[in-house]
Amino acid sequence: MKKFLLSLLCVISGLLFGALILKLSGISAVEAYKVMWEGAFSRPSYIAYIMIRSTALILTGLSVAFAFRTGLFNIGAEGQFIIGALTAAYFGCAFHFSPWLQIPLVLLLSTLTASFYGGLAGFMKARFGVHEVISTIMLNWIALYFSNFMVMTEGFHKPNTETSEFINPTTSITFLENWKVSDAGSTWLAQHDFLREFLRPPVNAGIFIALICVIIIWIILSKTSFGFKLKAVGFSPEAARYAGINVNKKMTQSMMIAGALSGIAGATHVMGVSKNIAILAAHEGYGFDGIAVSLIGSNSPFGALLSGFFLGTLKYSGQKIQSALEAPSELISIMIGAIIFFIAIPVLFEKSINKILKLILKNEGEN
Amino acid sequence: MFSLELKNISKTFGQFKANDGINLKVSSGEVHAILGENGAGKSTLMKIIFGLYTPDAGGEIFINGEKTRISSPRFAIKKGIGMLHQHFMLVRPFTILQNIILGIEPRNTFGMIDYQKARQEVLAISQNYNFNIDPDLKVENISVGMQQRVEILKTLYRNAELIILDEPTAVLTPQEIIEFYRIVKNLKADGKTILIITHKLHEIKEIADRCTIIRKGKYIETVDVATTSEADLASKMVGRKVDLKISKKIASPGAVVFEINNLNATNDKQLPAIKNLSLHLRKGEILGIAGIDGNGQSELVEALTGLRRVKSGSIKINESDITNLTPKAIYEKKLSMIPEDRQRRGLVMDFKVKENFVLQTISNKPFSHYGFILSRELSTFAQRMMERFDIRPRNIELNARNLSGGNQQKIILAREIANNPDVLIAFQPTRGLDVGAIEYIHNELIKLRDLGKSVLLISYELDEVINLSDRIAVIVEGSVTAEIKSEELARRKNIKEHIGFFMAGGNLEGITK
Repeated sequence: MKKFLLSLLCVISGLLFGALILKLSGISAVEAYKVMWEGAFSRPSYIAYIMIRSTALILTGLSVAFAFRTGLFNIGAEGQFIIGALTAAYFGCAFHFSPWLQIPLVLLLSTLTASFYGGLAGFMKARFGVHEVISTIMLNWIALYFSNFMVMTEGFHKPNTETSEFINPTTSITFLENWKVSDAGSTWLAQHDFLREFLRPPVNAGIFIALICVIIIWIILSKTSFGFKLKAVGFSPEAARYAGINVNKKMTQSMMIAGALSGIAGATHVMGVSKNIAILAAHEGYGFDGIAVSLIGSNSPFGALLSGFFLGTLKYSGQKIQSALEAPSELISIMIGAIIFFIAIPVLFEKSINKILKLILKNEGEN
Repeated sequence: MFSLELKNISKTFGQFKANDGINLKVSSGEVHAILGENGAGKSTLMKIIFGLYTPDAGGEIFINGEKTRISSPRFAIKKGIGMLHQHFMLVRPFTILQNIILGIEPRNTFGMIDYQKARQEVLAISQNYNFNIDPDLKVENISVGMQQRVEILKTLYRNAELIILDEPTAVLTPQEIIEFYRIVKNLKADGKTILIITHKLHEIKEIADRCTIIRKGKYIETVDVATTSEADLASKMVGRKVDLKISKKIASPGAVVFEINNLNATNDKQLPAIKNLSLHLRKGEILGIAGIDGNGQSELVEALTGLRRVKSGSIKINESDITNLTPKAIYEKKLSMIPEDRQRRGLVMDFKVKENFVLQTISNKPFSHYGFILSRELSTFAQRMMERFDIRPRNIELNARNLSGGNQQKIILAREIANNPDVLIAFQPTRGLDVGAIEYIHNELIKLRDLGKSVLLISYELDEVINLSDRIAVIVEGSVTAEIKSEELARRKNIKEHIGFFMAGGNLEGITK
């Protein structure tokens, strides 16, 4: 409750701070937020785009949050995302099975490779004492250039482009992808406005996969003895060690699961949205945004779900103020930065939170 | 005239009244003790006097009869108040001299530090009080007792007339404590006023003239030390009658259950910390290990519990070898431990009380089933423990952080006893606890002994070791240098000095001389 209120207050403060910046740039804040609101919720296709956008954010946020509960800072969500995406793209091209086998198989392989990649950082910490922040930053770059190298390998590389071949259609998790453009589909959709609009973007199963992951992670953390031990390590490695918990093993396991989650994010992105991967000059930022998602969601699974949707909405609708008002879309980054800044100094809101909590308790007492 | 007078001083943190209408009158030139249990509000009060906390409105402070508002430590120092914190505030790589003048360095005409002048002044004070220090030694190379003298010198250098000492003997050896008493008497003879915070009764009897007792933040009374007995002081402090002497039957030790043979282990810097240490522990006895902090006690406990690698030697429990097994395996062989640092090692402070009861056993039946926690079993177990060990408040959902030190320690004790250990290692089991909690823990340890279990008690409090143990081994630099058998413990009159002599590095030859 307290954490939720804190996040909420920080978000509101961040939005107010954004308004201030808008004001200073000579743009009406009310107008801008109206554009953003309408740009996010006024049409079914907008909502669909937000869902697509939020999927990866929720999953990478979950990845960072999970590692955080074991006391590890997973900066490597970015690299794990790339590894997941690369694996999905590669095996999505290489295999030609029926969707019932192809999709789970490709997803599983992506999860495994990214899990291995995340676990590598955990293992290096456990075995050699390499701080995970350092190792994951390095691993991010290794993942990026390895992916770029793989895109150019023969058979996988699409000639005369900067991208890989597209995955086999049987790997796609986009809803009704073929039916949408078929004759029957388009005639039917012509009569159904809402669904036509909603299905125009590549709506895919990723969001459901993300939801399932949120629930699984919540169960692990709050209902299992495995999660109990992970949390003990996170809160107090000394006490955990003394209590006979193998702290090193738990750190490696935690990073493996965190890696798996980011890998799933990368895989769903390829299988549901992009369908291939491209040469990257720099990081796309899905993993780094996960850090923001995790922080705003106070490192809890359902917190990551909410804040993933929130950041997804902000990022999608933020683009619209550029064209409509000629406001800089960087404003969104400023706002997210401000929110995280506020979250980093919880003392700022402690008094107001206590007041609000008191009010709530008082009201409950009167009822 | 009163050197310091407090009238109706209160300090509230949120809803909690740490001090509630405290009155205090300290006469000029006396040694005045503040007696109270942990959490009674002694330190809060001292912080108010030293300007670290601002008291609530409504109270008054007078210094030498003049009403003042102590707004900051800087102001307090200017008014002639000096304070020694429980943990010394010294810059370790600096020399004694540099530490003393830090912040008020005398300057020469070029604006450089005038070390010559500073040294002369410091040496003058040191000689005046017989401090016997070399101002050019680095603080990291001097003993704790010496560091305390440096802290006192610091206040004197700042012309303190009233010196506040916060639990000054907690870190000293018996010999250093005697030296400390002498210094306090010297200071008093020179007309300084001393305010000493403590919960050690014999210390008050030894050096204080008057004593103000506070309990749960409230002023109880001020008594004349000479006419008040230790037992009276204790009952006033706790608010009920307390047994100062532990009552226990004579031990009847059985077979050997725990054996340490020629143990060697290194510390974190890879230097030898345990050297050829051998001990054995019988059923139904408490073996005390006396020694000054830093003589290998931590390393020994870690080596015994699997947290530190043993280089050579062996550890056996019930004749099965547990040398270099994992902490978990050792725990399952019925060796339990109350760790030295309960907040860092003993408990996960951000876990609920009920979760802390099962740190080691969460994966076992009945708490887990196929890896899923059975929260009802967990709660029932926790509830039972809370009743059995009288842990308060009786709320298993609270975070361990929110309990008092005594109750935190009871959680650990309860958890370790629940494992039904054959050997319990109790490392500083009553550190920082109040009289009531100490009494409780001691009685539980004796109960365990009477059940035929063995307790290895490792404590820096010599009184505790002597009172509780059936047999005592003295540890110096990682080796057992002396063993005091139970007959000797009962017989000898000056047992404390006797053990203190060994703790300070003395040997048998020294005694015969």
